[in-house]
Amino acid sequence: MHLLHPFTVPVINVLNLLAACLLLLSFAMLSRRRTQRLITLFAWQGGILCLSTSLVAYSSGLHELYYSAALTLLLKVITLPLILRRLIYRLGAEWDSETMVNIPVTMLAGLMLVIFAFGLAQPISMMATTITRNMLGIALAVILLSFLMMITRRKAVTQVIGFLAMENGLFFAATSATYGMPMVIELGIALDVLVGVFILGLFFFQIREQFESLDLRNMENLKEE
Amino acid sequence: MELLAVLSLPLLGFFLLALFGARRVAPELNISISLATFIAASLLAVRVARHGPILVLHDQFFVDAFNVFLVALTAFVGLTTAIFSRPYMRIEELHGRLTPRRLRLYHAMYQLFMAAMFLALLTNNMGLLWVAMEAATLSTVLLVSLYRTRASLEAAWKYFILCGVGIAQALFGTILLYFAAEKALGSEGMTALLWTHLNAVKGQLEPRVLGLAFVFLLVGYGTKVGLAPLHNWLPDAHAEGPTPVSAVLSGLLLNVALYAVIRCKVLVEGSIGVALPSRMLMGFGLLSAVLASFFLWRQRDIKRLFGYSSIEHMGIITFAFGLGGPIANFAALLHMTVHSLTKSSIFFTAGHASQASGTQQMDGIRGLLGTSPTIGWGLMLGSLAILGMPPFGVFSSEFLILTTAMREHPGTTPLLLIALGVAFAAIFSRVQPMVFGDKEAQPLPHSPALVPVFVHLALVLMLGIYMPPALAEWYRVAARLIG
Repeated sequence: MHLLHPFTVPVINVLNLLAACLLLLSFAMLSRRRTQRLITLFAWQGGILCLSTSLVAYSSGLHELYYSAALTLLLKVITLPLILRRLIYRLGAEWDSETMVNIPVTMLAGLMLVIFAFGLAQPISMMATTITRNMLGIALAVILLSFLMMITRRKAVTQVIGFLAMENGLFFAATSATYGMPMVIELGIALDVLVGVFILGLFFFQIREQFESLDLRNMENLKEE
Repeated sequence: MELLAVLSLPLLGFFLLALFGARRVAPELNISISLATFIAASLLAVRVARHGPILVLHDQFFVDAFNVFLVALTAFVGLTTAIFSRPYMRIEELHGRLTPRRLRLYHAMYQLFMAAMFLALLTNNMGLLWVAMEAATLSTVLLVSLYRTRASLEAAWKYFILCGVGIAQALFGTILLYFAAEKALGSEGMTALLWTHLNAVKGQLEPRVLGLAFVFLLVGYGTKVGLAPLHNWLPDAHAEGPTPVSAVLSGLLLNVALYAVIRCKVLVEGSIGVALPSRMLMGFGLLSAVLASFFLWRQRDIKRLFGYSSIEHMGIITFAFGLGGPIANFAALLHMTVHSLTKSSIFFTAGHASQASGTQQMDGIRGLLGTSPTIGWGLMLGSLAILGMPPFGVFSSEFLILTTAMREHPGTTPLLLIALGVAFAAIFSRVQPMVFGDKEAQPLPHSPALVPVFVHLALVLMLGIYMPPALAEWYRVAARLIG
């Protein structure tokens, strides 16, 4: 077993601050209608993740975590936002916005979800080390908020961003609560995400071709008669 | 050695078919790779039956009676589906629904999908299991949307988003599992997620964390099993994808996802006791079986009908695993086998039936016996088998499940009987006019390969009448492993 250095108080405070920022960004994503803004916010989330992972790496002395921080930076801050931007540019969907979303109601539902997430994570937080106490709750809240975003939005691109934001929440749970999953698995997950985004990119063009729009309201034909 | 062959042959097949998948020989290549994989899998099964469980490559891969049985089944159905798909896809091409480029995608993804399933079955690492399940999802998304019609795109999108969300829940569950394991095993490299290591210390894992982890894992992998209320993707994906894909989705992927759930259940039971996991499995299982049987009445599309029937059967199997104990587990494993054999053979015939009639709508399919008796009889016998008529193996497993349920949880038997009865009435009333009825179907432009259908049904019949002692012993060992 690795001997983990005890975290110092300032480190914990900074980590808590980063966690709070992550949660705040999730709410910001819920409140945005424009796809481009969402991509920017998603990139910011990736940046926060990268920072928090490096901080955990630095203070716990687990050097593999630097690799996962680098992986996050490469994938979630640079590659994925780039791919998404190019996709919506080529689809001519840069200024698409969601008009059907009731933002205040969504925000209220989001608040409820956060309370629920903290309640769910409470018993586990009690037995965790100091560093992870609030982290699991926040990670779960980020996952649920992204889920909410996927449910409320009707555009294909937005749903995918919601999906990726959920992956961010999962990644945060992995690094903060457990000092990172083993490297091979992280690589596997990263590969799956990347392949998934490529497949979805292909999909966007096919959907566009067939439905003349990326609006998923057109895709409600398959149901029971 | 055999293990590496099982894992690497489909992967090799993926690369070969990605290069040559558009050639005329591609289907034959697909069949030969599947055959080689099947031979390797059988050798692996023989070895495990003789020498017991195997742990290789720094404990990263693990084979015991439970997963080797699924590996053999997967390889077998993979082979027969490859044989079936050769004429089927050729007819689709003749009908102008597919181009050689799409066929290349189909063949390559078929092998990748097989590789992902073998990895999921053979890995000892809970994290890799997750990665493999996700890879299996991604490879089938492209297969479901192969026809590029509006409906198939919609089905594939639904499949991706629902299964993606489901599988994300499973990842959270896996993270929680790791969180608990780290406390018991230490974070020494990769070992904290190895199933065998976790299984050794499962008594020391923190119960509260594992309880929550199991909820996430069950909901997550359960989405892929097709358990209600997260089953919405399943009928669409089955109906809109090409038929060989429906056959392997129903016959294999659902089994592999259920395998993941059961592996998790074994760990969790060691920590929090059997009460919560078994109740959850029974609840989800019953709900899926009953709900699906009522949905069967409202179906007009033949492949959707049998998609719902898969949900019903996966529900029954999940319920049986929830019951636990040697008999129910034995029955569940048997039911997994017979369901996968029967359902894939039904999809084979249903696919050709809709090709002959030019529609998947059941109202348009009439008088199969008149034009092509083999397809008609195959569909009829397959339906009788899946409905649990006595000489077939489905009857034995359902009978065992029912009697165990009567003894252990009498309250659940009426629900189970309702599900079985309603499903019987719904499916039989639909299949009967399709098979008999007036002659409307056209002869197929290319002769179909229906040998797999009858091989599958003969196996199911054999399992119902006479089970070889070696096979029974094998099921018994696997059932004991699950506890």
